[in-house]
Amino acid sequence: MHEHDVIVVGAGGAGLRAAIAAQKAGADTAIVTKLHPVRSHTGAAEGGINAALREGDDWELHAYDTMKGSDYLGDAPAIETLAQDAPEDVIRLEHWGMPFSREEDGRVSQRPFGGLSFPRTTYAGAETGHHLLHTMYEQVVKHGVQVYDEWFVSQLAVTDHDDPEDRRCHGVVGYDVKSGEIEGFKANQGVILATGGPGQVFDHTTNAVSCTGDGQAMAYRAGAPLEDMEFVQFHPTTLPSTGVLISEGVRGEGGILYNEEGERFMFEHGYANNEGELASRDVVSRAELTEVNEGRGVNDEYVHLDMRHLGEDRIMDRLENILHLAEDFEGVDGLVEPMPVKPGQHYEMGGIETDENGETCITGLYAAGECACASVHGANRLGGNALPELIVFGKRAGKHAAGEDLGEAEITTGRTDETEPGEVDSPVSLGAVDTADEDAAADGAAVEADSIVEHAVESERQRVNHLLEKDDGVQHAEIRERLQKAMTENVNVFRNEEGLKTALREIRKAREDYQDVYVDDPSRTFNTDLQQTIETRNLIDIAETITLGALARDEFRGAHWRQEHQERKDDEWLKHTLISWDEGSPDLWYKPVVLEGEDKTYEPKERSY
Amino acid sequence: MSTQETSAETEDAQPETEPSGSSHQDRRMREKRERQAERDQQVEEDAEAEAAENTVQIKVFRYDPEVEGKQEPRFDDFHVPFEKGMTVLDALIYARDHFDSSLTFRHSCRQAVCGSDAFFINGSQRLGCKTQLVELDDPVRIEPLPHQDVVKDLVVDMQHFYEQMEAVEPYFQEEDLPDAENLEEQRQDPENREKIKMSSRCIWCGACMSSCNIAAGDNEYLGPAAINKAYKFAMDDREGEDLKQHRLNILEQEHGVWRCQTQFSCTNVCPKDIPLTEHIQELKREAVKNNLKFW
Repeated sequence: MHEHDVIVVGAGGAGLRAAIAAQKAGADTAIVTKLHPVRSHTGAAEGGINAALREGDDWELHAYDTMKGSDYLGDAPAIETLAQDAPEDVIRLEHWGMPFSREEDGRVSQRPFGGLSFPRTTYAGAETGHHLLHTMYEQVVKHGVQVYDEWFVSQLAVTDHDDPEDRRCHGVVGYDVKSGEIEGFKANQGVILATGGPGQVFDHTTNAVSCTGDGQAMAYRAGAPLEDMEFVQFHPTTLPSTGVLISEGVRGEGGILYNEEGERFMFEHGYANNEGELASRDVVSRAELTEVNEGRGVNDEYVHLDMRHLGEDRIMDRLENILHLAEDFEGVDGLVEPMPVKPGQHYEMGGIETDENGETCITGLYAAGECACASVHGANRLGGNALPELIVFGKRAGKHAAGEDLGEAEITTGRTDETEPGEVDSPVSLGAVDTADEDAAADGAAVEADSIVEHAVESERQRVNHLLEKDDGVQHAEIRERLQKAMTENVNVFRNEEGLKTALREIRKAREDYQDVYVDDPSRTFNTDLQQTIETRNLIDIAETITLGALARDEFRGAHWRQEHQERKDDEWLKHTLISWDEGSPDLWYKPVVLEGEDKTYEPKERSY
Repeated sequence: MSTQETSAETEDAQPETEPSGSSHQDRRMREKRERQAERDQQVEEDAEAEAAENTVQIKVFRYDPEVEGKQEPRFDDFHVPFEKGMTVLDALIYARDHFDSSLTFRHSCRQAVCGSDAFFINGSQRLGCKTQLVELDDPVRIEPLPHQDVVKDLVVDMQHFYEQMEAVEPYFQEEDLPDAENLEEQRQDPENREKIKMSSRCIWCGACMSSCNIAAGDNEYLGPAAINKAYKFAMDDREGEDLKQHRLNILEQEHGVWRCQTQFSCTNVCPKDIPLTEHIQELKREAVKNNLKFW
């Protein structure tokens, strides 16, 4: 059994930042990641990092933009923490050597982004995430954080008290991809999940194939609720054939969207009369699909994003990477022709419920980055707000887990006096098909850390043996493909009750099929068949929470659009959707949004761009 | 396959809230349906035509140290239906998901930034996700990167590569950071940023190291990727002259820059177009200047 003070699972932006913070705070810290750190999907982020650095801007404006962008479903303490901490954390990155783009006077450049009242998106070309990831990995190497790379964490070691709020996380179970060994990792002070988003629930996504929501699914099954999962961001500019992302930076620099008839539809069809292309992402994605659905799409499928008028110099200086992506993955030269784009799944606003220190309701269990929900983004994330979230909340989780005092959190986690039960009308039964398959954390009253980790290791070994020994049945690829298709067809930008129920039926089918799943590859060596089979189970659990949340929330807010419910219902829905895994079945409940900030209360207003 | 299009996506998601009764709108919708029908038919015909003649043959290296029948390396042939825009990675994924789930290769982002899927494709180091099948002679031969130990199928052991990358102290050394009251970035001339731009694009795919004859013969040679990483730090003005000296000292050791024989193989295979050989040459010049100073 490996033993460290703090175990960080995942090595993208949030994981690396958490590890640096914990190690610097004196904790013996290790990262366990299913990829090598530099392979993490943070590297694909393009646009930039929002931070109020300049005169004329301040954190309160950033907080206000973020609250408005969230459609008043973000929690003020989390949003204000993000806006307050981001400038210092961005400057720290610069001092760590991150190669930001520069102005003539040598200061870091900032550019406009959607939904921002000030051009506060700090960037490094159109490959900001790549530089962020590599710069932080450099610091991880410098600080001597131990990295277990290509170790896939598949279960948490958590006590089995009845109420999740009484449980404690003592570590994780890891699977060495290279050798097939399954071992325990005991965490004396805390486990920080930084496993990224679950984009692979959908089949047209900007997310890597590794983005399978592992941390969310593990935390969920261990008892931590998932919050606001119905809020999925569909990015308005992805390449139609692959889902590769074309940065919002293109529109930030002045790129224009046209429909088939050459109309600048954001203005000409009145979707966003003030901000046009720079309205928030949910608004632009809906506008594009409406254009296509009304017959004005190019080839009835996509729209055009034109940046030619920016000129070669500016494009080469600030958006060069976009030229390469359009060329390599769509065969289009952005200097001489417009680029085809359509909405694609991009980001999960929801996630593991945490407070602004990254702590979940399970003692010793933290989450940060896309897998977490503090909630900063509420119903819609603004472009340029994901990367500051990684560094701000990664840092805070790392410090807190290492024992630093960050003050009492304003946001509550777990069930309190303010939470209320919810109900949803599902056409099929939900949750585990056979509750005996559950991750029983520990039997009886075991509370001693070592035995809890060992127990979790043992149950994981049994599960893996079962998958490897089974000789026939269904393969994960078949289940995954059908699940992705069902989600893309029914839980997309436009949603209605019938479609959501269809999706629930398909998810049930996937669960039933999964009972018969087997791994054909008999090898213990680098068995990706096995790994993907385990990931597929995570995708099924996550898909169910997204769809359930979407069915329960009968209003239109941010990225969540319901055909039957075309307005935002503040009287009823200024609350978060939470789904807990309760003895094998999802339990829905709500908690109120926190609109009270440090010294003001955010009043919900009509959201127009 | 995750890269496949679902034509149903936008259709099914169509909202029914649009205003009706507009004849312009009706005409448009009718035309749209007609176009859709034509296209569907075309797609069907294309698909049939493709199925009949348009498959790509890939020959993939197979090896597994613990599975009987795979302990001796061999090549397996897969016939994959070809689609426009299909990459080597797409073909591998198709083969794995439809024919043999034990076919093993690293991949993640599918967009040439994670650096996981460098393979030896038709005799050259390339990224699978960035290599179009149409550019290659059929059959396409896919092997693991040469000069690295094979773990299984196309997966090689990257440990040595990572060790070399980390041997050049690839991190800013400064510990004194500004406090919150004194929040200032360091200034960097845009020209200096431009100078390090290409070197900063490395995605650690290992293609260059695998292509380098010198690295193949000298296991301690830092290799092009690590030297390029060091170049980025040595040339960045923000760190100052003393640290630059320190970095040049690391680079001019026995297994550093002087091993390079300027064969340009690394530069030729780099999927991010980093001028690796030029960077190594520039560091040699810097090292000479550096030594002359004390002479």
